[in-house]
Amino acid sequence: MLTCKEFLAELSDFLDERTDTEIRSKLEKHIAECPNCWVICDTTKKTISVYKGMKSCAVPEDVHSRLMAALERKMAAASVAKK
Amino acid sequence: MALESVTLAPVPAELTEEAKAELELVNRARTGDTSAFSALIRQYEGKIFRLAMNITQNREDAEDVLQEAFLKAYEHLDQFQGNSKFYTWIVRIAVNQALMKLRKRKTDRSVSLDEQIDTGEDTVAREIAAWDPDPEVQYSQDELNGILTEAIDGLAPIYKTVFTLRDVDGLSTEETAEALDLTVPAVKSRLLRARLQLRDKLTRFFKRKGDDAFAYM
Repeated sequence: MLTCKEFLAELSDFLDERTDTEIRSKLEKHIAECPNCWVICDTTKKTISVYKGMKSCAVPEDVHSRLMAALERKMAAASVAKK
Repeated sequence: MALESVTLAPVPAELTEEAKAELELVNRARTGDTSAFSALIRQYEGKIFRLAMNITQNREDAEDVLQEAFLKAYEHLDQFQGNSKFYTWIVRIAVNQALMKLRKRKTDRSVSLDEQIDTGEDTVAREIAAWDPDPEVQYSQDELNGILTEAIDGLAPIYKTVFTLRDVDGLSTEETAEALDLTVPAVKSRLLRARLQLRDKLTRFFKRKGDDAFAYM
């Protein structure tokens, strides 16, 4: 049977379904027999789930305006250089 | 900019509709269509600003990074090949700009995203307590956002950055590695640490009532 440390080392790949069949069955056997690792696996899965798609904060309007103004200056300079 | 003077990236047939639409925006921006580049900015500025804040931990620097990244992207649009997502490409530019900011703040020029990595026992989970089946429903959206933000802000920059790109923004492990100029195994090990550290932090809020966390041996 895998040790808990070995289980943890494979946890990310297990949750991302990137382990091969043989390792996957060993990991499944481990969590079936180890309550602590079952909890870690379940709560890590939920951790990923609650963060998935978390919105980024809107960029403050003044920051966005400065970015657009800098871009306009850049475009104007590029247009002058082409003439 | 005359249409004849720019090389447009071919739109591969196998791209998703979303990726095709994005590549078309990039191609229109290349021909001088400012509204197309503005649309790309609107789409990604929030994520790039968050990434810059994650790395620099400084609002003023993050603002500079945001601006420099988009200006550089505009300047070098012809180098975007279209075989990776625009977001992966601009993340890489933004990461480089952010690292330059960090270098300017330090006399040591060897700053890298990995410098704050320690190889201690932080892959060991410490809080073992089952969570409620749907822990997030106990909180309002604002409360939940506050909890998630505080937890992620407590991570070291490299963990925060890898986790955000991989698990929040949905890049693949390979895309995250490409964007951050890390190897795939390096991304995987940092992702595991980030996930376990966040899990520990969230257990305080989400554990089932009556369950006491105990030290994991």
